[in-house]
Amino acid sequence: MELVNIFIRSIFIENMVFAFFLGMCSYLAVSKKVKTAVGLGAAVVFVLTITVPVNFLIDKYLLQPGALKWLDPSLANVDLSFLSFIMFIAVIAAMVQLVEMFVERFAPALYSSLGIFLPLIAVNCAILGGSLFMQQKEFTEVSEALVYGLGSGIGWLLAIVLLAAIREKISYSNVPAPLRGLGITFIVTGLMAIAFMAFMGIKI
Amino acid sequence: MAKKHKWKDLLYDPLNENNPITVQVLGICSALAITVKLMPAIVMALSVMVVVAFSNLIISLIRNYIPVRIRIIIQLLVVAALVILVDQVLKAFAYDVSKQLSVFVGLIITNCIVMGRLEAFAMGNKPWDSFLDGIGNGAGYGLVLIIVAFFRELLGSGTLFDKKVIPQWLYDHGYVNNAMMLLPAMALITLGIYIWVQRAMYPQLTEKH
Repeated sequence: MELVNIFIRSIFIENMVFAFFLGMCSYLAVSKKVKTAVGLGAAVVFVLTITVPVNFLIDKYLLQPGALKWLDPSLANVDLSFLSFIMFIAVIAAMVQLVEMFVERFAPALYSSLGIFLPLIAVNCAILGGSLFMQQKEFTEVSEALVYGLGSGIGWLLAIVLLAAIREKISYSNVPAPLRGLGITFIVTGLMAIAFMAFMGIKI
Repeated sequence: MAKKHKWKDLLYDPLNENNPITVQVLGICSALAITVKLMPAIVMALSVMVVVAFSNLIISLIRNYIPVRIRIIIQLLVVAALVILVDQVLKAFAYDVSKQLSVFVGLIITNCIVMGRLEAFAMGNKPWDSFLDGIGNGAGYGLVLIIVAFFRELLGSGTLFDKKVIPQWLYDHGYVNNAMMLLPAMALITLGIYIWVQRAMYPQLTEKH
């Protein structure tokens, strides 16, 4: 039940885009067509589902105060948590590289559809944000971190596909010239965020 | 090789005509989440400015020794090291603000402004020019942040730097703070309007589409 709760929360209530504005750069840049939006969204789901649990394990067994106790009791006072940023980003960059090689080897069709998006993901703030929020939430089980990563990814996918669909329609309407492109996209995203706030009151 | 850049252009261009947020569309993620109040916005702006300026400087100094294939990882490491420094300094000297900024200090690492300027400028220009470019872009980012935060704090809670500025008699006559402005959604709309105003004043920035 707890896992379902985390899953639903991370998709709708704590949506990466609408509640925390993470991954906005690629969200704005790649949302002109629904098809590419689905590709990037899928890649984000994929990478978040892998990196969040991996970073969870690293945080739990290497970085937290006293986390090194399993290695040797004398290390119980070591606190490496200041290293977490550099550790997380290194893991993310390495995982993205690994995932890219695996996908290329075992799923060439998926690889060619994700194509250029995979390497770009290493610098997507939603991915690092996922790991940092995971650290802040102080999960106790690796399954919770896994579900949180999956849910956040799906929430991001949902947001970018919705925006891409709206932008495809908007290109046929008469927007005031100075507002065209970036301006109207911001306002549309703002209105979508207000709509998503309706989920906030829901208790699971 | 790098062409001559005027110092003035390097510093002033990013403030308006080549603003990282509203024109280059970089670094929006963090620009929105921390603009509820002025104070965190200013601290965030300064932190980003320091990180962009110094990472630009460092990468520019070693730009001729970086193998092209692994440059992203090297850039990320330099940026991450600088962000850790900033984070530790904030925790030591401005603990309350650093609590409010929470994960967003860490997210400076993946702030596209930093990576974008490293790729677009520092990899091909002299250290001093890159440093100024970093300061300019950091300031352009900070400017937008501070403007958005100003309106959100003023209209949303009637305060500036947590001091009341809307006079009491206005409240007595039925003025009410607009709590909507405190919601994350309004940051997007405020920024949308800012872009609208900016492009209406500078028509050359309008997108053709």
